Amino acid sequence: MIPELGHVALAIALCLAITQSFFGLAGPLFNKPSWSAATKPVSIGHFVFVAIAYAGLTYAHIVNDFSVAYVANHSNSQLPLMYRISGVWGGHEGSMLLWGLMLASWGALLGVYTKRIPLATAAKVLGVMGIVSVGFLWFMLATSNPFDRLIPAPLDGRDLNPLLQDPGLVIHPPMLYMGYVGFAVAFSFAIAALIEGKFDSQWARWIRPWTAAAWAFLTIGIALGSWWAYYELGWGGWWFWDPVENASFMPWLIGTALLHSLAVTERRGLFKGWTLLLAVSAFSLSLLGTFLVRSGVLVSVHAFATDPDRGMFILAMLVFFIGGALALYAWRAPQLAQKGGFAPLSRETFLLANNMLFVVATLLILFGTLYPLFLDGLGLGKISVGPPYFNTVFIIPTLPLVLLMGIGMHTAWKKMDWRQLKSKLWPFALGVFLFALIVPLIVYGQFGLMKFIGLLLGCWVMAVAFIDPINYLRRKRTLKGYSRTMISMSVSHFAIGMFVIGVTMVETYGIARDIGMKPGDTVQIEDYSFTFVRTYPAEGPNYTAVEAEVVVTKNGNHIATLHPQKRTYLVQTNPMTEAAIHARMHRDLFVALGEPLGQGAWSMRIQYKPYIRFIWLGALIMALAAFFGMTDKRYRVRREDEVAETAARPAAPGKLQEGTA
Amino acid sequence: MKSRHQRLIAIGLVVAGVGLGATFLLKAMNQNILYYYSPTQLEEGMAPEDRRFRVGGLVVDNSITRTDGTMEVRFTLTDEAHVVPVVYSGILPDLFREGQGIIAHGRMQGKEFVADEILAKHDENYMPPEVAASLNHTRDQQAAAESAYGSGK
Repeated sequence: MIPELGHVALAIALCLAITQSFFGLAGPLFNKPSWSAATKPVSIGHFVFVAIAYAGLTYAHIVNDFSVAYVANHSNSQLPLMYRISGVWGGHEGSMLLWGLMLASWGALLGVYTKRIPLATAAKVLGVMGIVSVGFLWFMLATSNPFDRLIPAPLDGRDLNPLLQDPGLVIHPPMLYMGYVGFAVAFSFAIAALIEGKFDSQWARWIRPWTAAAWAFLTIGIALGSWWAYYELGWGGWWFWDPVENASFMPWLIGTALLHSLAVTERRGLFKGWTLLLAVSAFSLSLLGTFLVRSGVLVSVHAFATDPDRGMFILAMLVFFIGGALALYAWRAPQLAQKGGFAPLSRETFLLANNMLFVVATLLILFGTLYPLFLDGLGLGKISVGPPYFNTVFIIPTLPLVLLMGIGMHTAWKKMDWRQLKSKLWPFALGVFLFALIVPLIVYGQFGLMKFIGLLLGCWVMAVAFIDPINYLRRKRTLKGYSRTMISMSVSHFAIGMFVIGVTMVETYGIARDIGMKPGDTVQIEDYSFTFVRTYPAEGPNYTAVEAEVVVTKNGNHIATLHPQKRTYLVQTNPMTEAAIHARMHRDLFVALGEPLGQGAWSMRIQYKPYIRFIWLGALIMALAAFFGMTDKRYRVRREDEVAETAARPAAPGKLQEGTA
Repeated sequence: MKSRHQRLIAIGLVVAGVGLGATFLLKAMNQNILYYYSPTQLEEGMAPEDRRFRVGGLVVDNSITRTDGTMEVRFTLTDEAHVVPVVYSGILPDLFREGQGIIAHGRMQGKEFVADEILAKHDENYMPPEVAASLNHTRDQQAAAESAYGSGK
């Protein structure tokens, strides 16, 4: 009964989504404020019904209702409760429902938090959100209904894929989807702006916090995915350039470009068309990612059941949204007037360079991801594009990006005096240069060009990130009055520096060894000795395992005893490698069991990963900084009067730099 | 600063970015594309000798042998028409087993394929699309041969 209610709730949600799009677009068109006003409660109702459907599916999972086909395929009575709840998004239908829920919750949040936006505009934004939701709910009801019954019901379910039975994976999909789908808000604003033919600083200020929120969720989602791959896929890599990873990374890159371009549009009213194009692109890439992952074009851990109907449906949706948005853009964008210019040395120039580099990186990754599909589609042979390609094409735009970031942060809007900039930054540049040159030599006794460049850039950004807030603090003895957006900018750029250092250290000083070991064998890696003591059987709730005991010592002192496992899950009978990791801020020690080599010997992968925590920590700090930036008072206070003021008095160079972004 | 200058800067940056990107793209692409060959294509001598490529097929039953005390493992891959011997030194993926469809990256050395990477995906029923295609190809040909034989009779 409950699953049927869920099904009905989903159908009602579709009706409400249709209503929302109709009122949202027709209200402003026919000038009926009551229609426009109706979109807000409708958007909340729409969310409530998707939530009911979602709760229904969760209920079916919790009570082990195997007469629901989806539950039978993705759960099992032995599965721990946490994984039964997270198993709701462990397969295609459920993850689409989660997607729909996220979309509806962004819509409801828009319905609640758009009081300051003129009604006609808010209605249009909600209307576009409604159309997106119609697409997805329709897709679900037509091709991927999670409530389909399986009669007769099997006695037990086929269990959740063992790879997905992990705490990291419990929160990875919701975070990722929150981010993916969150770009629908920026997209809807962009479409509304194109419909109105108007886009100014005010608009940019409306969009910025929404984009920042989506971006922050996406950042956390990607970082969690990378962390999970690191310890759960078993082999200690943190990024594989898998097409599915690329599918989430491309919207992130464009989203980052969008955040920076929005800053220019808000402060200076420039880059208008470009900002709108990025807003459209970010969501288009999210849709493209969904298509790639869900249609079965790509085969990976994320591609569940492959069904050509689903692929065609999402492709049609993709064409409709991207094509429609670009057509609207081509028609309207030339009307967006902008005035004002900027000097070659100004913050605008640096942000322009930022945008170019992000877009170039995205296009190169997009090309590498789609090229094999394209060739295969034309029957020109099956190829694969390996990680070295992606590493090359990603690192090349990224190096200047990080270098320029440190300078751009300290450049004023409109025009900057080169001597002033130089005198502010050169001591830092010199210090960082010497640090990156000398410290690796002392600590590690080896020098390499990539190590040097990576450390130089990472330390450079970290060193200059807090110059302004610290100067402010020294002068005023308090950070009160200093813009939160600026703090958020400093912190997230500092976190980029941490990320760069983490990547550099792991990739250049990390050690990985695959070796065969007998009980009693010892292997030495850096200062650590790993002794393989023994193996013994172990048991979990729904698996059996062979567990090994590996003792790690450093100069004779006991550091840790690690217990890597080789698991066999009872239902799906897949073997699974469960690595054992001893984590510290400055390094991870990683041991994974390979396979038995006979006579008690096992193949093992033993790794030393310096500063790998900085990679995920950096991402987490970036995301938190973005959330913090959303609390800036400029998004809370009515600013019409102030807008009028800035319009009347053009920004003074140098002066604006403090507390503005 | 006039908007004409602005536009010039923007265009300059775009051109520089695209040019830079295209150069590295072609260079990186050329070095990093891996072509796929089936055991039949290897038998026909189609595989390159001087670069890495991918080969895929089913792991032949009872073909896995280990050299004692080392990480070295040998096995045979088949597309049900021809076989290729593979040697690999390293940790095999969890889902590597006899009868499973897998993909190996590496080079030919003499008659043997020396793999430096073995891929088996995360699902017991999963078949790499390349392997599925070469198996279908073999089966189609066998079916065609049988029907030709049948009609000849």
